[in-house]
Amino acid sequence: MQHFLIGNLTTDALPHQWFTLGGTCFILLMSVVVVLFLTYTKRWKWLWTEWLTSTDPKRIGIMYIIMASLMLFRGALDAVMIWLQQALSSGASYGYLDPSHFQQIFTAHGDIMIFFVTMGFLFGLLNFIVPLQIGTRDLAFPFLNSLGFWLYVAGAVFINLFFVIGGDFAATGWLALPPLSELAFNPGTGVDYWIWSLQISGLGTMLGGINFLVTIIKMRAPGMTLFRMPMFTWTALLSSSLVVAIFPILAATIALLWLDRFFGMHFFTAGFGGNMMMYVNLIWTWGHPEVYVLIIPGFGIYSEVVSTFSQKKLFGYYSMVAAAFGITGIAFVVWLHHFFTMGAGADVNAFFGIMTMIIGIPTAVQIFNWLLTMFRGRIIFKTPMFWFLGFISTFTFGGIAGLLLASPAADFQLHNTLFLVAHFHTMVIGGALFGIFAGITYWFPKVTGFRLNERLGKYAFWCWLVGFFTAFTPLYLLGLMGATRRLDHYDAGTGWQPLFITALIGICIIGIGALLQVLQIFVSFKQRKENRDLTGDPWNGRTLEWATSSPPPHYNFAVIPTVESRDAFWNMKQKGLTKPKNYQDITMSKNTGLGIYLSGFIFLLGFAFVWHILWLGILGFAGAIICVIIRAYDDDTEYVITASELRQLEEKETLH
Amino acid sequence: MADNNIQPVEHEHNDRVIFGFWVYLMTDLTMFAVLFAVYAVLRNNTFGGPTAGELLKLPQALAETLILLTSSFTCGLAVLAANAGSKKQAYLWFGITFLLGATFLGLELREFSHLLADGQSFRNSGFLSAFFTLVGTHGLHITVGLFWIAVSMVMMHVRGLTASIKSKLVRLGLFWHFLDIVWIFIFTIVYLMGAAR
Amino acid sequence: MKQISKKLKIILPILLVAATIITISLLLRGHNFQLLNPQGIIAHQERSTMFTAVLLMLTLAVPLLVATFVIAYKYRATNEQADYQPEWDHNLEWEFIRWGLPAAIVVLLGILTWNTSHAVDPYKKIDPGTKTLTIQVVALQWKWLFIYPGQNIATVNFVEFPQNTPVNFQLTADAPMSSFWIPQLGGQMYAMPGMVTQLNLMADSAGEYAGTAAEINGAGFAGMKFTAKSVSSDDFNSWLNSMQATSSELTLAGYNDLAKPSEYNPQAFFAPVEPNLYNEVIMKFMAPEAGQDADMPGMHM
Repeated sequence: MQHFLIGNLTTDALPHQWFTLGGTCFILLMSVVVVLFLTYTKRWKWLWTEWLTSTDPKRIGIMYIIMASLMLFRGALDAVMIWLQQALSSGASYGYLDPSHFQQIFTAHGDIMIFFVTMGFLFGLLNFIVPLQIGTRDLAFPFLNSLGFWLYVAGAVFINLFFVIGGDFAATGWLALPPLSELAFNPGTGVDYWIWSLQISGLGTMLGGINFLVTIIKMRAPGMTLFRMPMFTWTALLSSSLVVAIFPILAATIALLWLDRFFGMHFFTAGFGGNMMMYVNLIWTWGHPEVYVLIIPGFGIYSEVVSTFSQKKLFGYYSMVAAAFGITGIAFVVWLHHFFTMGAGADVNAFFGIMTMIIGIPTAVQIFNWLLTMFRGRIIFKTPMFWFLGFISTFTFGGIAGLLLASPAADFQLHNTLFLVAHFHTMVIGGALFGIFAGITYWFPKVTGFRLNERLGKYAFWCWLVGFFTAFTPLYLLGLMGATRRLDHYDAGTGWQPLFITALIGICIIGIGALLQVLQIFVSFKQRKENRDLTGDPWNGRTLEWATSSPPPHYNFAVIPTVESRDAFWNMKQKGLTKPKNYQDITMSKNTGLGIYLSGFIFLLGFAFVWHILWLGILGFAGAIICVIIRAYDDDTEYVITASELRQLEEKETLH
Repeated sequence: MADNNIQPVEHEHNDRVIFGFWVYLMTDLTMFAVLFAVYAVLRNNTFGGPTAGELLKLPQALAETLILLTSSFTCGLAVLAANAGSKKQAYLWFGITFLLGATFLGLELREFSHLLADGQSFRNSGFLSAFFTLVGTHGLHITVGLFWIAVSMVMMHVRGLTASIKSKLVRLGLFWHFLDIVWIFIFTIVYLMGAAR
Repeated sequence: MKQISKKLKIILPILLVAATIITISLLLRGHNFQLLNPQGIIAHQERSTMFTAVLLMLTLAVPLLVATFVIAYKYRATNEQADYQPEWDHNLEWEFIRWGLPAAIVVLLGILTWNTSHAVDPYKKIDPGTKTLTIQVVALQWKWLFIYPGQNIATVNFVEFPQNTPVNFQLTADAPMSSFWIPQLGGQMYAMPGMVTQLNLMADSAGEYAGTAAEINGAGFAGMKFTAKSVSSDDFNSWLNSMQATSSELTLAGYNDLAKPSEYNPQAFFAPVEPNLYNEVIMKFMAPEAGQDADMPGMHM
């Protein structure tokens, strides 16, 4: 009976270690604060109708960015805990964490930073900016967009749930390679939490990818041919195509791992005819292109930023597109460079090594293009340009380290060392995250109607850059000394401790930068009257998102603009065109809470799988199916804004 | 300038939905591709147990194939009938498709239960895990398809052949054909090539 | 005020850079950069690969980096003298340069990669005319077991071999995947259950080198270290003799005991060794043992 009701759950699953207790208390405290705040300010209904149930990509985008920021906090806390342990745990001292806990932290850190921070920020920017850039009012499938966001949230909750129920997370590294992640070596629920967190959020990502792909292909403003699309939209398109191509691989692969664990199958087990090398191949067939999913839109953002602030056309648009295509394509034939040390043979290793190096060509072309865009320009050094220059200085080193790792002969030595860790942090922080920060600063006035404080933004940038080099230069050096990654302890005789401490100091400097960014948002909000953007075009922009007001009305454009060239808005300004006023009826999608309910049921289903609770699984499954049917046969999902209403709305807007 | 009267908008919307559905089918196909690859790798990992050739019965698989191919044909007729606005014909052909699909599923379950009764469980070896998962995932898709047909028939009865119902039936048809194509691959790779060894 | 801040703007970065350089050099005093301090033929080749590759890349990266900041400075908005051509967005010569330069570097890197991949291929026998010593390695939770099939001895977390003699390590695991690595002798190789991978290394000189597990494999990961000792062949022979005289036998039961998870395992020495032990460790993943039950835990809904 007890097993029927709560499956494998026992009181052992309740928090009883200091970190799960701490995590649980923090989560409860935050929840209480939020609930009290919402009740006190009577914002519940507003939150529900205006935000949570919204299908407006702009609102969903903002929610993505808020959620990603929260997860960045969680992931950064993990980072500090990791480096603190490594700074302490030398010689006779074994630090303040036991090995298993330490391993859970770096696993969670990696997964959170990739799946919930970088992907979250990315989908946030894509949601807000892409429809504006291509001159449309919504995504192709507004409901799927809401659902995708809520699945992402469910996945994020799942990855934090072990604090409250279960007590342990996967202690396997962020990709949970078998046989370590199999039942034989990891019998707890940690790996199951890992599987369902990724499975649920991955489903959301896949829906998002399909949505953006269809939106960009089918819903561009009249006259916007493919080769008139802004660079950011191009990169969004390529990134979405990659998502569509690779996320099914991830879903299938971790589903097989789950079958091993849940049904006792033998896909990746040691023995019984399982083959763990297959998992490693499959997960990296997803994993390497995934890195480009993160970084390609970053390149798009830099293209927009450099061209806008150089007040000049983007140099070499076609080669830029070609380079992005090249990176996207070659991304599929490099996965083996993640495991040269598995004994594939010199020919195979050399092939994958050289393929990886070829990616260096289009990447270098893009950097040349940005340089030539600045060349003969008039560069205004706003914060986004600082992030761009910071990106160039970090990315160059990261790129050299990357091509070095791509050479099997060097990789045999550098693989699994802190050198590798430093390399991919350089790429993800210096490439993707700096790009995201540049993008957020750049588009902030579009989102909120006021600019971010420049001074604090630049201070934050310097903290990030200095902190970055302080944190990761020691890691490159430690790698060369032969320090492997993921060490919870090392001998005092190695003399590595000062370097680990230096790295910890670097993390703290980065932390100050992040705090300055929070402060920047508060200060900018307080000074919003001085920094208000009334024109909708604070940076003298070039693309369509600047053609509408800041913040844009929920229908984006009262009249969809007609595009005649690349840099459409720039050309409109050159010709002195004003906003057209030939209003017509438009249809918009209604808000719906079904996305929340559906992802809630899927969450229950995942939870039932983790703890083997049959009735809950059936409830989650049936609930999800009913939600799908209700939505599928709901023909009342849109409403019309008539031309006269639109005129009134627009006239009110201009009066402000 | 975009023409905003109702007709083109509806058409445009339909166009998007169909395109999106194709993209979804591609993702599903990628997932099956992974399962096929896994099967190919694990095919000989029987861990001392019998091989595909010794376990699987070609005649039954052939029967399943013919049934599913026929159902694909009747499903095509059903979608045509629905598009032509003939409710009765649509019921008839979808009904036949449903029966054929259910027969297919029944045969598949029969094969599974025979294997399990013989002690050939998916826990025995990598090969059997891969076999049950690949064929079973297809079976799961067929189940979804049957469920979809049933719900569609009910909604067609309640609402009649509206434009929205018709558009969903087109997608149902695409889905069913897709399953048919996947099955052809399963038949070839699992059963035919299994028997050939 | 403004003057001071302007001066500060120049002085501060210089001070910062100077402080950084001093700190780094202090931090790095007396460290063993194992990867840059090779003691074996393979590690030597791997290091020279790294140096050549980095030099090649720097020839493009340094000018690019310098150009970035020069251009950024020269074309700043406040510099009214600078050329401004807002419509200048393509140029055929630049097209060749920006594809051609990186492509040329990558071609050179590619040739280097192909050659070195084959030169340091871990499976390739190193053959300077002497006999190769074969050592079988089993990664356990969490220690390394070394079996010398020719000498019929076994060691834990310690491996000794003669200098200037090629050593052929045959790696497997009776545990999750591990990675076998002696940085100063050469690159690493995975050890996986039910499979054998190979790593050929040779030490140039006598000495003790740190060996480690490089792939996360569970709670005892950090303590899974071993010492690799290279000695003269005379010393090696006398070590073998003393081993045979003083060590206890490694039986199958003893092995099963040893294979149980343990952390920071001390070194241990065995002679003789249960014949065929290594193959049995591999084979237990390949075919069912007599009476082995196929049923595994799981599936309790």
